[in-house]
This record gives sequence, C-alpha cells and structure tokens, in this order.
Amino acid sequence: MSDRWRSLLEKICIPVGALVAALVIFGLFCALAGANPFGVYYSIYRAAFGSWSSFQNTLIQASPLMLSALCTALPARLGLVIIGNEGALVLGGLAAVAGGLTLGGWGLPTPGVQLGMALAGMLVGGIWIAIVGALRHYRAVNETISSLLMNYIAIALLNHMVNGPMKDPSSLNKPSTFPIPEMHMLGNLPGSRVHYGLVLGLVACGLAYFLIQRTTFGFAARTAGGNVRAARVAGLPVGKLTLAICFLGGACAGLAGMVEVAAVHGRANESLNANYGYGGVLVAFIARHNPLAASLVALLLGGILASGGILQRSHGLPDATVMVFQGIVFLSVLYSDSLYGKLPIFKARPPKVRPAPPMATATPV
Amino acid sequence: MRNPTFQVTRRQMVRGLLATGAFGLTVKLSACGNAPTASGGDTLTAGFIYVGPKDDYGYNQAHAEGRASLDGMDGVKTSEEASVPETNAVQETIRSMIDLDGATAIFATSFGYFDPHVLALAQDFPEVQFFHCGGLYQEGVHPENVGSYFGYIDEAQYVAGVVAAHASSSKRLGFIAAKPIPQVLRNVNSFTLGARSIDPSVTTQVIFTGDWADPVREAEAANSMADQGVDVLTCHVDSPKVVIETAERRGIFASGYHANQAELAPQGYLTGAEWDWSNVYNNYITMMQEGKTLMNGGIPHLVRGGFKDGFLKLSPYGPGVSASAQEAAEAAKAQLISGELVIYKGEIKDNQGKVAIAGGKELGQTAVELEQMNWLAEGVMGSVG
Amino acid sequence: MASEALGWWGIPLAILAGTLRGSAPFLFVSLGECLTEKSGKINLGLEGTLLMGAMSAYAVSYLTGSPWLGVIVAGIAGMFLGVIHGWLSQQPRVNDVAVGIAMIIFGSGLAFFLGKPFIQPSAPQLPVISLGAWSQMPQVQSALQISPLFLAGVAIAPLMQWFFRSSRWGLLVRAVGDSPDAARAMGISIFKVRMASIVAGSFLAGIGGASLSLFYPGSWSERISSGQGLMAVALVIFARWSPVQCLYASLLFGGAQAIGPALQSVGIDAYYYLFNASPYILTLIIMIVTCSPKRTLTGAPGALGQAQE
Repeated sequence: MSDRWRSLLEKICIPVGALVAALVIFGLFCALAGANPFGVYYSIYRAAFGSWSSFQNTLIQASPLMLSALCTALPARLGLVIIGNEGALVLGGLAAVAGGLTLGGWGLPTPGVQLGMALAGMLVGGIWIAIVGALRHYRAVNETISSLLMNYIAIALLNHMVNGPMKDPSSLNKPSTFPIPEMHMLGNLPGSRVHYGLVLGLVACGLAYFLIQRTTFGFAARTAGGNVRAARVAGLPVGKLTLAICFLGGACAGLAGMVEVAAVHGRANESLNANYGYGGVLVAFIARHNPLAASLVALLLGGILASGGILQRSHGLPDATVMVFQGIVFLSVLYSDSLYGKLPIFKARPPKVRPAPPMATATPV
Repeated sequence: MRNPTFQVTRRQMVRGLLATGAFGLTVKLSACGNAPTASGGDTLTAGFIYVGPKDDYGYNQAHAEGRASLDGMDGVKTSEEASVPETNAVQETIRSMIDLDGATAIFATSFGYFDPHVLALAQDFPEVQFFHCGGLYQEGVHPENVGSYFGYIDEAQYVAGVVAAHASSSKRLGFIAAKPIPQVLRNVNSFTLGARSIDPSVTTQVIFTGDWADPVREAEAANSMADQGVDVLTCHVDSPKVVIETAERRGIFASGYHANQAELAPQGYLTGAEWDWSNVYNNYITMMQEGKTLMNGGIPHLVRGGFKDGFLKLSPYGPGVSASAQEAAEAAKAQLISGELVIYKGEIKDNQGKVAIAGGKELGQTAVELEQMNWLAEGVMGSVG
Repeated sequence: MASEALGWWGIPLAILAGTLRGSAPFLFVSLGECLTEKSGKINLGLEGTLLMGAMSAYAVSYLTGSPWLGVIVAGIAGMFLGVIHGWLSQQPRVNDVAVGIAMIIFGSGLAFFLGKPFIQPSAPQLPVISLGAWSQMPQVQSALQISPLFLAGVAIAPLMQWFFRSSRWGLLVRAVGDSPDAARAMGISIFKVRMASIVAGSFLAGIGGASLSLFYPGSWSERISSGQGLMAVALVIFARWSPVQCLYASLLFGGAQAIGPALQSVGIDAYYYLFNASPYILTLIIMIVTCSPKRTLTGAPGALGQAQE
C-alpha cells in the first residue's frame, strides 16, 4: 500500500469511524431511554436518506447551512474565528426584502429583482461581518466575542424593524414585512421540491474553494493566516485582506438570508432566526474550513435535522433527542480530528534503511 | 429519567402510556409498508404539529392535551411532533406525516405555520385536509382543503377580569404580554373591560416583553408591577409558569392563561382563561368519521367559538375568589353564552381618549374589526408603539 | 396586600432589585469562564452547562425536597460537562470554540431531554435572606430578599482575585494561560492545570444554573437561560479577566435586564427590542473603546485563542 493510498484511506476511515462511534453512543442513549436502537437507526436512515423524497428533506435542510458555513470557513483561513453567521443571515434576509420590495416597486423584471435581492443581502451581510474584521484589525477587538454580540444586536434589529418601521399592517398576528410578490420568488429545481438555494450553496462552496486554493488572493490569505507578522514583513496588505475575506464570508451568510426570504418565507419576520447561523459555525469547523468538505458536512447535519421528527413520531422520544444526537455526532467528529497521524494502521511505514548500494553500480556513468 | 425510584405524577404516567401506545401503532403501520396516504380502511390518521415543547404549561400543552383526548376514540390514530419551527421544516414534517404515517388530516397549531407553509402543502396534497389554528381562512383565496379554527378566548379573559376586579384592593391590575399583536391586545382589552364592568376605576398596566418565552424578563415585569402596587397579574405569553409563580411569591393574585396553573399558586390563583381543544378536536374527528370533509362542504372552513361552543373553560376558582365575585363571574359567563352580553359594545374609547367603537355599535365576536385590533382600551396603561 | 404605588421611584428600585435578583447566574458563569480563560482556554459551552445545572438542581430539589442538594448536584452536573470540554478541547487540532458550540447543543439537549418530567411540578426553592426588615415599604422588603447563592458569589469573587494574585495554584493557572511554553519548561502539566480550571469553572456555571431554577426566576423551563451563559463569556472580556470586575459587570448586566420592564411599568414603551439589546451594545462599545492594537489587553491570558499544538 502506497503512502498516498494510506493517507486517502485515513481521510475516509477517520470521519466514518467517528460517525459510527457517535451512532453507537447515541444508540446506547436511546436504549437507556427505552427505545430500540436498531429501530432508531433504521428510522434515521429512512427519514434522512431512505428515499428520494426523504433525501430531498435532507437537501432542503442542508442548503442554508452550506452558505452559512462559509461565513466561518473563509475568515478562518486568516486565522479568525467568527461566529456572527446568525446576525449576518437575518440582516441579509431583511436587506433582501427591502431590496426586493424596492426593485419590484420599480417594475423590474423577475431576474433583475432576484439579482437585486441577492446583492442587497450579500452587501449587508458582508458589511456586518466586515465590521467585525475591521474591529479586529484596527482596534484589536476579539472577533469571536464581537461577532457573538453582534448576533444579538442583529436579531434585536430584525425584531425592531419587523415590529415597527418595516411592518406590513396586514400581517396581524405575526408581525412581518410586506411580502415579495409571488412571481419574484426563487423557484424549485425541476422535478423536486428543493429550491435553488441548494445550487447557490454548492456554487458558493465551489467558488470559495477555488478562491482559497487556486488564486493569489487565497494564497495571500493563507499565508497571512499562518503568520500575520511574517505576512506584514512580506508586504502583504493584512488589513485589506481581513476586510475583504470577512466581507466575502458575511456576504455568503447574507445570501443564505436572502435565500430563506426569497425561496421559503416570502417576507422577513422572526422565523428568519432559525439557528442556521450556529449550525453553520459547526459545519465549518467540522469541515476544517474546507469549503468543499463543508458542503458534505452540511448534508450530514441536514440529514440529522431531517430525522428529528421521526424520532418523536415513531419512537416516542422527546423533541430534544435530536439535539442530543447532534451534540454526540459533533463532539465525536471533532475528536476524530485529533486522530490523524496517530493511528498505527495509517502510519507511513518508516522508510527502510536500504543497504548501501555497491559502489560500482552507484557510480554515475 | 426512567429511573423507577422517581416519583411520577399521574400526568406523566398517562403520557408514558400514550407514548408506548404510539410506538406500537407506528410499528404496526410500518409493518404494513408505507402506502402513501392510505386511509387504512376505517382508521383515520391525524397529525398534530406544535411549535414548542409539548409540556410548556401553556399554549402547546393545551393543544397536546387536546390531542391526547383523542386516544380513547375508536378508529383514530394520531401522530404528533413538537418543537417544529416556522420554517420549511414544518412543510417537511407535514409531508413526512402524510407519506410515512399515512395522515389524512393535519392539525397545524401555530399561527405562523399558515402562510406560506400550510398553503403550499395544501396544493400538493389536495386529498388531505389541513386545519390551522389561528382563524386565517379566506373564502375564495385559500385552497378548499384548508380550514381554520380558533377560540374567542377573550371571553374567558373578560370573566377573569370580572374576578380580578373583585379581588383587587389597589384597583390596579397587571398584564404581561409578549407582543402588541391583535390577538394579544384583544385579550388585554377584554380583561380590562371585564374588570371595569365591576369597578370603572380599575386600571390595567400592560408590559410587553417582546418575546413569546423569556422567563427572566417576565419575572422582572411581574416584580416591577408588584412594586408599582399592582395586585392581580395575568399574562399572554407561551408559558405562564414564571408569571404565576412570581405573583405567588410576591403575595399578589394571579389569573392563568392557556392551561390550568392553579397548582403553582395555591394561595393567589384566582381563575384562568383556558383552551378546551379536546372538544374541538373530538368534533372534527367525529365529523370526518361521518364522511364529512372540507372539500365536500360537510365541514365548515371557519370553525370558531367561545364559551357557548365549548372552546374555552375557566380554571376552578381559587380561595381568593369571594362568593360575590363567583356570582358576578358566573353571571357574565352565562350572559356571554346566551349572547346578551357583547364585550365590544360602543361607546368604547381607547386609552388616548379617541372613540374606538362608536356609541350604539356592537361588534360581535366574528367582527373583522376585532381581528385587526390595534388599540388599547381606556383604563389600560401602556401603548402599542 | 395593599401597597402604595411607587411611581418613578420604582425605576431605580426595580433596577436595584433586578440587580440583586438577576445577577447571580451572570456572576457564577462569568467567574467560571474567568477561571477557564485564565488557563488559556475558552468555553462557550457554559450556556449548556447553565441549562444542565438549572435542570438538575430543580429535579433534585423536587425529588429529594432539598434545594441545597440540588445546588450541589448542579455543580457536579456542570463538572461532568466540564470534563468532556476539558478533555476534548485539549486534543491536538481541536478548536475550543467549536467544541464549545457543540457542547451548547449537547448540554442543552441533554438538559431538555432529562428535564421533561420536571417542567410541571414545583420544586422547593432556596431560602431567602431578608435584609429589608428595617423598611416599612413592601417593595423595599421584596427588593432586599437576597439569594444565599448571590452572597456566596460575592464572596467567591474577591477570593478568586486573591487566588490568582497570591496563591501558588493561582500562579500555576496564570502561568499556563500566559505562556504555556514557559510553564511546560517548569515541569507543569498544562493538560492537568487546564482540565482542573475548566472543570472548576463548569462547577461554578452549574451553580449559576441552580440559581436560575431555584431562586430567580425560580422554575425550570427550556427557555430559562435565554442566552445568559453565552452573554457571560462576553462579560469576562468586559471585566478584563478580573474576578472582582466580573462581580461589577454581573451586577450591571443583571440590572440591565430590569430596565426594559421597569421603564414600561411607568409608561415608557417604545423601542423595547433595542432596550433589551442594550447589554450587548454596551459591551461591544466598551470593547471597542478599551481595546487597542498597540498593546494587548491588560489581564488577557497570552495563550487565549491560540491553537493547541
């Protein structure tokens, strides 16, 4: 077995092993709670991946997580730990509605309105996280804590706007903004009930991967993320890089908000605040901030979320069971990261000390 | 939690049995394969969806208890899911209930499920009946397999106001509310009007917490009102537990909401405005078993009611309710049932001094104006701002 | 039962009362987080620990009739979660922020799961210490009903200050948090010191949960913490990693919760969403004003937020 294969095998076996371990632990937990673990496994499989219909549920749950995860994954390349996804997402959604209503009011055709909504959401989400980056760079404010605080501020702003200045007076018992006209909504992929947000998520993950791995910008960001001081010495514009990458991350979360508004809710209200933000943070970390891996991890979390209902309905387990399941899976997968290079099976064989070749044959001709 | 040494209340016991029952049912169901939307011969499957946990001592619990009351009925299976957010997750839950559990009737119990989620699913499953709690159905606008139901719980709040006015000695009542939306404002106003029908000098202080569940802020609101001399508290939040308990600790009276919270305040609990969904759900199921549907016109699209129709009940009166208060409360309830008493009968001024309902005008419970209420009645301190 | 209305005087009284009632959870969680961060690790999972503590305290108090036993079990439940965090977050390549968020989900999920049977019953509450007997006014008497846990927290803050400044163990924690390499060179086990700090910090956070469910608001429900555990993490930075300043900051945050309702009770009711967000805005402003790229924050542990090698 060559080292390359061994390393590939390691990359597959460790996460799969972590998932299996998590399933075993969760099965024990279910057994303690009085449910049959094998019945539970079967139900999870059936509800998340068992049929095309249930797999669509998984895809639907996964698509906002892909975009939201990039809000953490991109700045992480610069060594920043940002958890402001929720805030950027709700404000992005709010801005998308404002943009959509304005442009729709001008009578723009649907593609124009949708583009405008996406740009508005990305702009506001991007600026929101760029503020975090600016505070980090210019005032040395810890970005994790400031982005956490800004989540609460963003949610308060959302509530204030939909209950006050932006409220549609006819949205009586659930205060909301005015609705986006039906014709401007994002549709579903042909032959499915999965909206175009999934495509946006996959494209964004692909672009982000390309940006980070294949462009000079990405190279500069990775260099600066490795060692800020060295990057400064090398003449890299660390401030500009910070702002740009935070803006891009925030723009992705803002786009997730736009998708929620334009493909699901049709208006902005408190339902926008549905924990896709913190889910996205976890997805990014588990994917080790690799955008392509993030799309796969989002699918996994989507599957877990999709199976939450069946645990209640078929096994009499309480609604919180799915949170316990999520917690166990994430803790287990996070732990598994520390196993790379540690398991003897995957260790590269120590290079054999070859006997010194006879001088004669070694002599270059 | 399954430790046998735990003390288990009767309610939990019942719930445990229900859960095992539900497990048995679904096992049987999955054994016969998942034939989509098969009505399973004579058995009717109904799916119930709640926005929060089933045991919140409040809104969701009231619905879950209504659902549980169906377990004794023949030919009915139920399937329920709690803590389903008002996102496309609810669409997926409904779809899964129809596809996997074979549900042919869906009861979506949270207001925010309706638009766009229930409406979207109703188009995809024209043969499934969707019942939404919140009273939003509009003839000709919404699909014909959608119906809505709601109770005029402000009738019970009116009677609770009558009781509160008798119990209060400071003549100041307090109302802790989540958000200034029409349903909430209507309860605040009815409670105040009921109290002022006994003593026109009574005022109600309202505090909006801004959130359907925020225990710390609810407790803060209860305490600051107690400090201001308020001596009867009621509320409109998802889970009134903290408000009732705080009132009891401060030695003031409390009036419950959604479900019976008497246990939490043995001294100060006066009465409470409770839902009685079991009655509503039993009626729906009976109608469906008789072959009536929303689509064939057998089941009305809008089902609403107050005391008269059995949508509501009052919690049993607590020790702080005098005989004269009970008498006045029962009289008000009887008049509401007979239709002699109309709560919103002009002239009613708002708390800015403007006339909200002109003199001589009567707004019955079905009046559209009441569903769009955006004012607070004279005697309420607070603003919808 | 009759009492005079206080009018505008009610606002300062309500804020004072809210401060005394509502600051104990902030205090305990922030002291716990302070200890954790001093050792160089961050624990965002204290939100889950707080909920777990609240649930287990309430459950034990209900089942045994002894609220004090509940407090102890809450601390132990916190330690249980602390061990998981302490062990996981110190594995190579594992980020403590990520583990913290996973622990929020796991801890609160577990608390909700196990707490279902305890939402309905009423559990015995902690005794109150009444300091207001001198006043004739029931409002003042009520405001001065102090939680014994709050007093304990007030005592722990200066003790912890002394611990960091003058005790040998405190020095170890600081050494590990400031310069792990130097500490390692001195032969200190970084793993053990951090583990002990995280577990002790989680113990305190669990007690903070007990204060929520057994004193104020004094009941168990799934929304009981409303983000206070996460808030306390920010509070530590606000307090510059000084336990005594954690005390002041907790008082401020506890009081801030009372501002919105108190203002409405005297008739000011616009912008309550923004009022409710005031602690977050305030913390952010203070961070912006006090931080500077020219120097590191005084008191900031040097190794905080740095990758584990």
